[in-house]
Amino acid sequence: MANELKDRQGKAAGGITRRGFLTSMGIGALAVGAAAELPAAPPEAEPTVAGADAMTRLTLLVNGRQCTLLAEPRWTLLHVLREQIGLTGTKTGCERGECGACTVLIDNVPRYACLTLAMECEGSEIVTLEGLMEGENLGPVQQAFLEHDAFQCGYCTPGQIMAVEGLLRKNPAPTPDQIRRGVSGNLCRCGAYTHILQAAGHAVELKTGKGVKDGGKP
Amino acid sequence: MAANPDKQKKVEAFPAPDPPRAGETAKLWEKTRFVGKPLPRVDAYERLSGSAVYPADVRLPNMLYGAILGSPHANARIKRLDMTRAEKMPGVRAVIGGTVPEANPAWNYRQGRPAREAAGKVFDSHCRFEGDAVAAVAAENPYQAQDALRAIVVEYEVLPFVTDERKALQPGAPLVHGEGNLVQTDRYQRGDVEKGFAEADVVLQETYRSACELHTPMEPHGCVANWERDRLTLWESTQGVFAVQSGVAENLGLPLAKVRVIGGYMGGGFGSKLQAGKYSVIAALLARRAGRPVKLILPREQTYLTVGNRPPCNMRLKAGVRKDGTLTALDFSVLGTGGAYPAGGTSLVDWQVRDLYSCPNVRIETTDVYVNAGPARPFRAPGHPQGSWALEQMMDALAKAIRMDPVEFRLKNVPSGSQAREGTPPYATTGLKQCLEEGARAFGWKEARQKTGAPPGKASGEGHLRRGVGMASGLWVAGGAMPPSTVIVKMFSDGSVNLNMGASDIGTGTKTIMAAVAAEELGMAPESIQIEHADTGTTQYTRPSGGSKTVPTESPAVRAAAIHVKEQLLSIAAEALKADTADLALMDGRVLSKSDDSKSVKIADLAGLKQRGVIVGIGSRAPDPPGKVVNPFAAQFCEVEVNVLTGEVRILRFLGAHDSGRVMNRLTYDNQVFGGITMGIGFALTECRILDASQTGKLLNRNWHDYKLPTVLDVPAEMVSLPIEILSPEVNTTGAKGLGEPVTIPTAAAVANAVYDATGVRITESPISPMQLCKLLSEQLKEG
Repeated sequence: MANELKDRQGKAAGGITRRGFLTSMGIGALAVGAAAELPAAPPEAEPTVAGADAMTRLTLLVNGRQCTLLAEPRWTLLHVLREQIGLTGTKTGCERGECGACTVLIDNVPRYACLTLAMECEGSEIVTLEGLMEGENLGPVQQAFLEHDAFQCGYCTPGQIMAVEGLLRKNPAPTPDQIRRGVSGNLCRCGAYTHILQAAGHAVELKTGKGVKDGGKP
Repeated sequence: MAANPDKQKKVEAFPAPDPPRAGETAKLWEKTRFVGKPLPRVDAYERLSGSAVYPADVRLPNMLYGAILGSPHANARIKRLDMTRAEKMPGVRAVIGGTVPEANPAWNYRQGRPAREAAGKVFDSHCRFEGDAVAAVAAENPYQAQDALRAIVVEYEVLPFVTDERKALQPGAPLVHGEGNLVQTDRYQRGDVEKGFAEADVVLQETYRSACELHTPMEPHGCVANWERDRLTLWESTQGVFAVQSGVAENLGLPLAKVRVIGGYMGGGFGSKLQAGKYSVIAALLARRAGRPVKLILPREQTYLTVGNRPPCNMRLKAGVRKDGTLTALDFSVLGTGGAYPAGGTSLVDWQVRDLYSCPNVRIETTDVYVNAGPARPFRAPGHPQGSWALEQMMDALAKAIRMDPVEFRLKNVPSGSQAREGTPPYATTGLKQCLEEGARAFGWKEARQKTGAPPGKASGEGHLRRGVGMASGLWVAGGAMPPSTVIVKMFSDGSVNLNMGASDIGTGTKTIMAAVAAEELGMAPESIQIEHADTGTTQYTRPSGGSKTVPTESPAVRAAAIHVKEQLLSIAAEALKADTADLALMDGRVLSKSDDSKSVKIADLAGLKQRGVIVGIGSRAPDPPGKVVNPFAAQFCEVEVNVLTGEVRILRFLGAHDSGRVMNRLTYDNQVFGGITMGIGFALTECRILDASQTGKLLNRNWHDYKLPTVLDVPAEMVSLPIEILSPEVNTTGAKGLGEPVTIPTAAAVANAVYDATGVRITESPISPMQLCKLLSEQLKEG
């Protein structure tokens, strides 16, 4: 059970700032939960080992909003988003990084929330499907999915949309092959791929203003 | 809500059709404003914004999280179950298992039918397949629930097992149930096959095997259970809320009225969510024991083990043909399995052989056996892709043997009626001929076939990359009405409309199609119709969404309900306008006089309607009239590129020509066609459940990493959907036949035939893996 989480400062591969939960403790922001086995550590002390089920204070920046909660260090970002914060647009498919239904943007990079510990995301900017909405209106990628019927059951769709969004943030004018690769980490059992590719192509136009963005108004 | 207003303006405006005269059936629409158009889904906004709440998304106050401990063995008896440590774990609020008799009711896999000898308990002391439920817990969070599972101590008596159905009937094979592993043998015969073979110029025989395919919908199986005293509510990811209601009521001994099942959105099922699962009942048992709501969503791995599959199928087909292309005899035998409990292991595998082509002499024998593996469940066109895998490859081989084009050969054998049914009743419509002819034309079959070259084996393509084209056709056994179904359409005093139906929208666009049907009849935009569906507490009874019968069953019921509303509305308006109802028509929220332009009233201004508050229209679905068979037909064509050095198959293009009657929505129609083809590509090339038959009986590929679904990179760049739209009032009042299943039936065989065309290698065992293809290619080389 002893899950050693060390402070990992700096940029990891892919651009996420990975910060162990002990970092926040080091700057004195930690309120130790009732069940915590964690002794209060002085600033800049050697990282201490916390039990995996010890409740720890966690602050996440999700869709531009700060969320502070008590979390177990082993909780995934997926669990925290869905079951603690209540943002259920992000879906659970496999919980082992195979299907992409849980894809969110972490500092603009598409990531599987099921393979990401919530603690790792402190200090990062997290965007979920809900964060793509423009008020009550669908965002451009969502609108493109609507117009091209780029889904069937809709369960993999949030992940597909986040994969396209992430791709277009990095590369606003991708080639068809780049689009295919950009969404190749997202499974769709209904097999809506053909329409997903069309929608992604259309999303490029909507995002760059070449297409007419006119719908999605509730 | 999500419609593009500019696109709406482009829709041609004309009044809604007149209601049928008393005693008459509604005629087919001659032209339509909404039905058949490429309309975006009415629930697209919800699904795309994240506001759609799927059962897995439900969060109730005070809710716990459940988890099930599954047996790690293919066959084992539980000697000792000790849950005391788990009960004391942090956050644990309920622990149940075989040692808690009040939380261990009987379990019947054959819900709605008498339990067979094989019936057991929810937590059975004899676990006959890996993953069968041993115990379950509910805790404050899912992590604590998993911790508690690990603290449960189970001592198993591990028993010998059989997981290979080909060995299940061998002498000395371990018995799954103690009375022999034979479930049943079914036989069918028409004509005289021996006579038929004697009349043939060519007789071929081949054995085929199709691998076990897993449904793996994106949303795992599961539910949220909540009790209010003795009344149970389940939010379940299901294709049929009423089937779950009756299954749970049956297994828990509750009256139907005390069980409410809410479906709403669901993340795919493909047949695996047609009934209640053990998980449904276990969630309810945990919730009752804890006195709190419980969410129980199966981890992906458990869905691989316990919630169904398209079982493996072993087939032998002997076929006779005359030189002119006339089929003279088909002799088909099948060995299959539904797993450890009766589950229709060979159900409908024979249907293509029995019914697709004209053949006077047919003999069939199917044998279903038990093995120590998870029970099968219906999987998109149950039995059909397996039978197609054999029959359509055989047709290809026969065509070659008599030097006839495969399309020509099939056209020679298009039947006039359904020979598999008593008295060979005619089909209400059959587009098999058009699917073949028009599909071949649109695909460029003849030209492509010439290019890939004859004889097969020296096919076109440079060096190690060989091109081939292949095709296959098919029909689906159902696709007409499966009543009963009742639909209610309500029009409120302001003219806005609510559509209430019990059917689930499993991703096929059911809601959107039904909204279009009601809109067509009421002359109003589909997106302004509010839909309530899939809730046993508030919507009307219907059968689960499956079998490609949802649209042909529900759409006439919706139409009837909308007509019922219209009749009442027009009589209210007739009074207000002092006109005859026959002179009135509905359009865009107004009632208009056809003869007098000055007479017109907004529905919202009708005092008579205000007074009533609401108009309730009821529509129901009767069975299709006897004497005609309503089935969809299909032909699919594809081109592949085979790398003969690596054995990789790349599919370059696919065309699906489908006769499913009226196209109800061109967007969702094409999406279904492409989706079915994509699933068929998985069946052809990658999907295969692998059980460790010799050592442990355990599943070896229990996740999406090891069990490969098609990804976006596996989908052909060129996908074409070619609707063969044959309209007939004999189909039903909307003219729609089923689409969801036929689109995946011929796909795998078409791929196999294309691979043969490219390489000259006949692959009779699915999937066409690079390893298998390389082996066969090297054998071909050796044989010269």
